[in-house]
Amino acid sequence: MATHTEQEILAGLGEIIDEVAGVPADQVTADKSFVDDLDIDSLSMVEIAVAAQDKFGVEIPDDQLKDLKTVQDVITFIQK
Amino acid sequence: MSTTEVVVTGLGATTPLGGDVATTWSALLEGRSGISTIEEDWTAELPVRFAGVAAEDPSTKLERHRLRRLDRTQQFSLIAAHEAWRDAGEPDVDPVRLGAAVSSGIGGILTILNQYDTFREKGWRRVSPFTVPMLMPNGPVAAVALEFGAQAGAHAAVSACASSAEAIADGIKLIRSGRADVVIAGGTEAAIHPLNLASFAAMRALSTRNDDPQGASRPFDANRDGFVMSEGAGMLVLESAEHAAARGARVYAVAAGAGYSCDAHDIVQPDPEGTGQARAILDALADADLKPGDIAHVNAHATSTPMGDVGETVAIRKALGDAAADSVAVTSTKSMTGHLLGGAGAVESIATILALHHGQIPATINIEELDPGVVVDVVREKPRELSAGAVAALNQSFGFGGHNIAVAFRRP
Repeated sequence: MATHTEQEILAGLGEIIDEVAGVPADQVTADKSFVDDLDIDSLSMVEIAVAAQDKFGVEIPDDQLKDLKTVQDVITFIQK
Repeated sequence: MSTTEVVVTGLGATTPLGGDVATTWSALLEGRSGISTIEEDWTAELPVRFAGVAAEDPSTKLERHRLRRLDRTQQFSLIAAHEAWRDAGEPDVDPVRLGAAVSSGIGGILTILNQYDTFREKGWRRVSPFTVPMLMPNGPVAAVALEFGAQAGAHAAVSACASSAEAIADGIKLIRSGRADVVIAGGTEAAIHPLNLASFAAMRALSTRNDDPQGASRPFDANRDGFVMSEGAGMLVLESAEHAAARGARVYAVAAGAGYSCDAHDIVQPDPEGTGQARAILDALADADLKPGDIAHVNAHATSTPMGDVGETVAIRKALGDAAADSVAVTSTKSMTGHLLGGAGAVESIATILALHHGQIPATINIEELDPGVVVDVVREKPRELSAGAVAALNQSFGFGGHNIAVAFRRP
């Protein structure tokens, strides 16, 4: 499986979050909380997880999705 | 007992004739058709290859991320509701005193069909997590309530092609009941899809005049052969007269009352005697405290089907009596908009209100030979002036299932 750099994943998540939730990609930084900072609801998180799977080839199971609170959490999950 | 007076202070619409009320209304006065051939491959196998597609696609007004989580019915609803709200001067109202009554005849059918395709082709994980809130028939009213913070109640009457007239009737009741000061009321439909055209065509309900789409919707014409499916939405801001007066709002008309009945005759065919429709009209007059002679104009349901149009004129005559029926000017704006199904009653209520407001009744287009069974005066060829002394007008909407709704509007 191809590995992705942190910058690649961040840029990819920015595109996904812009598309799914209308948050401009430049506001998607590693320290941001999905709920508190980016105002992303639980159904949008499901869309983001599925889109991230398509983009990075890493499945995020539902029971782990709820623990991914920040953009950095997702980057770390995809890299590991 | 005195009844709370309800007035109309805002209008919004997106239709095959235009993306707002002003362009829709001017097209109605010009006698312009909003129907066109659908230039897509999927029409090849269908007996009907035209429809009334919304003149402005919602993608021109809503952001991309909102489009993907809203069914097209919801998209139309929000666009029309925002226009109506702005038109009403953005009333300052306590959220718990703001209600919504928004209907769709079919609901989120495009979402159902598109997501079913996704499910079959790609599996359950690719089905949008927003599928359920997009497909549910209360989706449009829920989207409007959420958008405007309407907490007094959100109601979604479902009565096929009478749905949005019933929503307006429900909005009037909501204010009269004392539960709300302001209600956003109307309806929406977005069902132009091969399956839906096939389904209505299978009933033999649609015109198949493929060589002349703009001449296909011809209510009251002797050679009409069915309705034309259209999409869009219409919204009204209803308000208690007291609330409107306190903020100095412009009043288009009084939403004077509404009548309801059910034919209980046949699941889809109207009662040819017009008995149930006449009861709805009489019920509306009683509710509005109007006399038959007060009704100067009727915006008819008349969809261009062989059965429906003539029976409706019989019902008007039965309800109003000969003297009043002789002097009422009847029109069907569906000749230009096509049939917006669950959005029809709202868009046609707007046309009824504007006829009173501007004193102009749009003509029914495409009548080359008036059906000899038509027993009322139909406005043809050019708009007709409504006299300064005219008091009130009716919008009539009927739906599969035998639903009959009449809404009475009076000049302020």
